[in-house]
Amino acid sequence: MANDPSEKDSASKTPASGAVGKPAAEKPVEPSQAPSAAANPSAPPAAKPAAPAAPATPKAAAPPAKEAPPKPLPLDNELVQRLKARFGDAIHEATLDRKQAIVTIAADQLREISRYCRDDEKFDMLVDLTAVDWPKREKRFDVISILYSFAKNERVRLKAHAGENEPVPSVCEIWPAANWLERECYDMFGIVFEGHPKLTRILMPDEWQGYPLRKDYDILKQDTDWVRENLGIESGQ
Amino acid sequence: MSDPRTTEPTNVSTTVLGADEIILNMGPQHPSTHGVLRVKLKLDGERVVDSECIIGYLHRGVEKIAEHRSYQQFAPYVDRMDYVAAVSNGLGYCEAVEKLLGTEAPIRARVVRTILTELQRIASHLLWLGTHALDIGALTPVFYCFREREEILKIFEKYCGARLTTHAFRIGGLQYETYDGFEQDVKRFCDDFVHRIDEYETLLTENRIWVGRTKGVGILSAADAIALGVTGPVLRASGVKWDLRKAMPYAAYDQYKFEVPTRETGDTYDRYVVRMEEMRQSRLICLQGIENIPTGPIMARIGKVLKPPPGEVYHSIEAPKGELGYYIVSDGTTQPYRVRVRPPSFINLQAFDKMARGSLVADVVAIIGTIDIVLGEVDR
Repeated sequence: MANDPSEKDSASKTPASGAVGKPAAEKPVEPSQAPSAAANPSAPPAAKPAAPAAPATPKAAAPPAKEAPPKPLPLDNELVQRLKARFGDAIHEATLDRKQAIVTIAADQLREISRYCRDDEKFDMLVDLTAVDWPKREKRFDVISILYSFAKNERVRLKAHAGENEPVPSVCEIWPAANWLERECYDMFGIVFEGHPKLTRILMPDEWQGYPLRKDYDILKQDTDWVRENLGIESGQ
Repeated sequence: MSDPRTTEPTNVSTTVLGADEIILNMGPQHPSTHGVLRVKLKLDGERVVDSECIIGYLHRGVEKIAEHRSYQQFAPYVDRMDYVAAVSNGLGYCEAVEKLLGTEAPIRARVVRTILTELQRIASHLLWLGTHALDIGALTPVFYCFREREEILKIFEKYCGARLTTHAFRIGGLQYETYDGFEQDVKRFCDDFVHRIDEYETLLTENRIWVGRTKGVGILSAADAIALGVTGPVLRASGVKWDLRKAMPYAAYDQYKFEVPTRETGDTYDRYVVRMEEMRQSRLICLQGIENIPTGPIMARIGKVLKPPPGEVYHSIEAPKGELGYYIVSDGTTQPYRVRVRPPSFINLQAFDKMARGSLVADVVAIIGTIDIVLGEVDR
């Protein structure tokens, strides 16, 4: 960093800009400088029902240090109402976190709800499908599908809880995009997707043991195991 | 060293052969696979009947690494995914964490970010154009493309000291002020570049061999593209006018005028045309950007230790290759609980099979090139 030719110039312009992580701003951003529309420019318009509250946010965000942590708010828009009307108890919860819609659903209904979202709600693209591991929970995995609708220009996140040995229905036949994504989930978390055409490892070698992105899979496991096996000693890392 | 994957049958459909069928293995060490992609092709004569991509040779487990680093410490790692568009990766990650924190970079930082990211898009497309043309047999463009790309890398180097894995942005804004003469450098490049694109186009756009090798090759319909989750120039070449910079503007894109080029057929030639036009549009955004870089702070007040409140966020940007998304889960500590990267190359590569079936072996090279993959991002 010291070799950076621009360091000297930048130091003369803003004295604080040289230090890592130190805010160069000596004063907070004026609210007038940040156009209110740009306060959260890429927030999915799923937040539309909450729009009346939006103009207040830039002001509230001016001293970010003092800002109350954004809590997930219950979400009750038309989409959620339609989903609830149709699937009833399979829709567990709908929340809004950082203005993004999250619908928690029953895992066994994942395929039906996905199909409904694609055909009736026009969420035509599966943006991403992934998982999060919460080992202390009874059902340790969150299987997350992020859907996007071109027609509405909004995203919604479907979240299904799944236990360790509990297969989750595959959505490959609804979105072919899910094929590799579900394979990656299986590869990294060991989640089995029922109805997947070819559920094998994708990034890790086929004979790999364990599921690397599980929380109980240590980041040094591969090293320590290798050292123990091949050198007969403890790695000491 | 023998790789167990090269010996095992990986796909039932490619192991059951008809009387005239053979299996051809391409890669992982093959110049036209742009890294370590391995493709297994089932051929009937010269026609591709079935194909399978075998990936993972460059897997480094960045998503696991992220769980063991603080938010700031992880920022340089993202540059190593799509290593020919490091600035774009950094923008996506920084904005995602900012969103998680409930803050936003100051306007000056956002404008500088936009300019640098658009320069990066041009650099990424230039690398694509040069190597893609080289794969197909046009030797000349790669030299010109690298010449212009070098100018962009020089700007990056002057700005932050690095050319490729730049780590140009910080969570909350920018580390560095722009250097004296930044605007002039960008302007000089942009003024020059418009003639350069014309030059490339005289070499390729109406070149009979180029048209012959790319028109009608690797067609992907709009419906297929959407079903497969394909984004970026590949999607736009199939006729879907969708660009995250317009659909869900981030950084300072809402302030600039630019067009989203599209084409209809979705073949390799269309993707070429779309990317060429995108470079022109990126140039226009850069010019609008340097015209008026607002003054003010370049860093938001976020503190040295980042502890985003528990929760989760998905934020994505229009990277040169498509939608690059970050899904970050915070548990309220200094380290992310989970970072998921939605890599455009990985998801676009899935469409390879659809595009390659029925085409000739020689066209497979063109199709791999036209998706514009970077294996660092496919495998992460």
